[in-house]
Amino acid sequence: MLRVENLSTGYNSIRVLKQISLTVSEGEIVTLIGSNGVGKTTTLRTISGLLRPTEGSIHFCNKDISHVPPHKIVELGISHVPEGRNIFPRLSVRENLEIGAYTRKDRLEIKKDFKKVMEIFPQLAKRQKQTAGTLSGGEQQMLAIGRALMSRPRLLLLDEPSMGLAPLVVLGIFEIIKEVNRQGTTILLVEQNAQIALRTAHRGYVMETGRIILDDSAEALLQNDQVRKAYLGE
Amino acid sequence: MNVYYLQLLILIGINIIMASSLNLVIGYTGQLSLGHAAFMSLGAYTSALATLRLGLPFGAALLIGAVVAALFGIVIGLPTLQLKGDYLAIATLGFGEIVRIVFLNLDITGGAVGLRGIPKETDFLWVICLVLITGFALNRIIHSRVGRALLAIREDETAAESMGINSTYYKTLCFGVGAFFAGIGGGLFAHWFRYIHPNTFGFLNSIEYLCMVVLGGLGNMWGAVIGAGLLTIIPELLRQIADLRLLIYGIVLIIMMRVRPQGILGQSQGKSTHTLSRYYKQILGKIKNR
Repeated sequence: MLRVENLSTGYNSIRVLKQISLTVSEGEIVTLIGSNGVGKTTTLRTISGLLRPTEGSIHFCNKDISHVPPHKIVELGISHVPEGRNIFPRLSVRENLEIGAYTRKDRLEIKKDFKKVMEIFPQLAKRQKQTAGTLSGGEQQMLAIGRALMSRPRLLLLDEPSMGLAPLVVLGIFEIIKEVNRQGTTILLVEQNAQIALRTAHRGYVMETGRIILDDSAEALLQNDQVRKAYLGE
Repeated sequence: MNVYYLQLLILIGINIIMASSLNLVIGYTGQLSLGHAAFMSLGAYTSALATLRLGLPFGAALLIGAVVAALFGIVIGLPTLQLKGDYLAIATLGFGEIVRIVFLNLDITGGAVGLRGIPKETDFLWVICLVLITGFALNRIIHSRVGRALLAIREDETAAESMGINSTYYKTLCFGVGAFFAGIGGGLFAHWFRYIHPNTFGFLNSIEYLCMVVLGGLGNMWGAVIGAGLLTIIPELLRQIADLRLLIYGIVLIIMMRVRPQGILGQSQGKSTHTLSRYYKQILGKIKNR
């Protein structure tokens, strides 16, 4: 579904990604793990068009999207939940979700999806009129995911959904991620919390300073000595 | 009606048009523009020349002025709106000065002499109708799909883009609409005072409109109306000390920043509703805390 080949990106003259390649197939949860500053977020930002690749290509459903602007990429079916959630703090929960469906015009279907999101996140349903900035961290993360789902994506890019959340809340969020995947959305998940990411995902990639150094099934990575030492604290 | 009060009302009306159109750009879309008076001058000069030289009817002249201002808004907006925050402010400020200096040196605009003998077409009815039309149009925009997009851009441009909102398009659109209504304001102004001069629409005028919006409350329709009203009436009341006008503006803005940074009716961070009763409660709370 998603095929990234020899992708390089940078900020000005600094090269962040050095020829990375990865694939995501329909129905999978794929995770990208690694420590701070190795280029995980940059990878997602390049896929969703917020950054331009300097080299390499990104194909989504056999279409080259490496130079498509971000708003067109959303229309093609990739939705990005940015790091730190980036909800619209002064707008209400409902308005945030409505903006998520911005690229769509099928009102009836949007209503259906709105209901669906409310079912997945009952906590948000109670707070529809509340301003998003007043939600708790976990609720904001839910809102960010819900908002992304409103565009009815085929591929959901999640950037550090565990960031700044209490361990118990993190568990809840990852249950929801699995549920969203079961309902048919393919997920590319970037995480620092390797433990929970690998337990949730089907496959994983390990990044180090702009390169992918390992690529295997999630179970195999959980057993991998190198991964255990570096990322699982064992 | 007493001519003096009529003039005051008309000025308030024009300023409401100016402030609420600027509010769309600054308050709702979050783009700090310091060149609003330049769009007003484009509207003023174009419409004045249309009635003076071409003998067009007033309504058509107003419309042409507004369209010219809007076109400039779009042409200027496209490159400058790629800039953020302070840089955008500086670029729009520069644009305002360029327009002023060009008008100061063109023959057709009368240069430093200004443009005289513009027919007196603006009356109370025109102003009140156009204030209502402006308010209605802006209100419709804000509560539409487009308005949502503008709010999203103000709140977080990156997130808005990743939601599929083409931020360049919407920012330019809002700049164009803001300039359009500023052009109407300029046309009304020119045909009321019958004399316009490039310095009538200088940088300080742009700042005045900014003050109105900030005082009234960013991102609130009625805020712009109240801000325009107050900052038109207060200088009139202080006519004897007219030289201190800008000093008072400064003081008012500083007090506002200290006491109520979001403006009289502005939206505060993290609250979706803003009612006078809540404001009242806040004041009571502050007194109690003392």
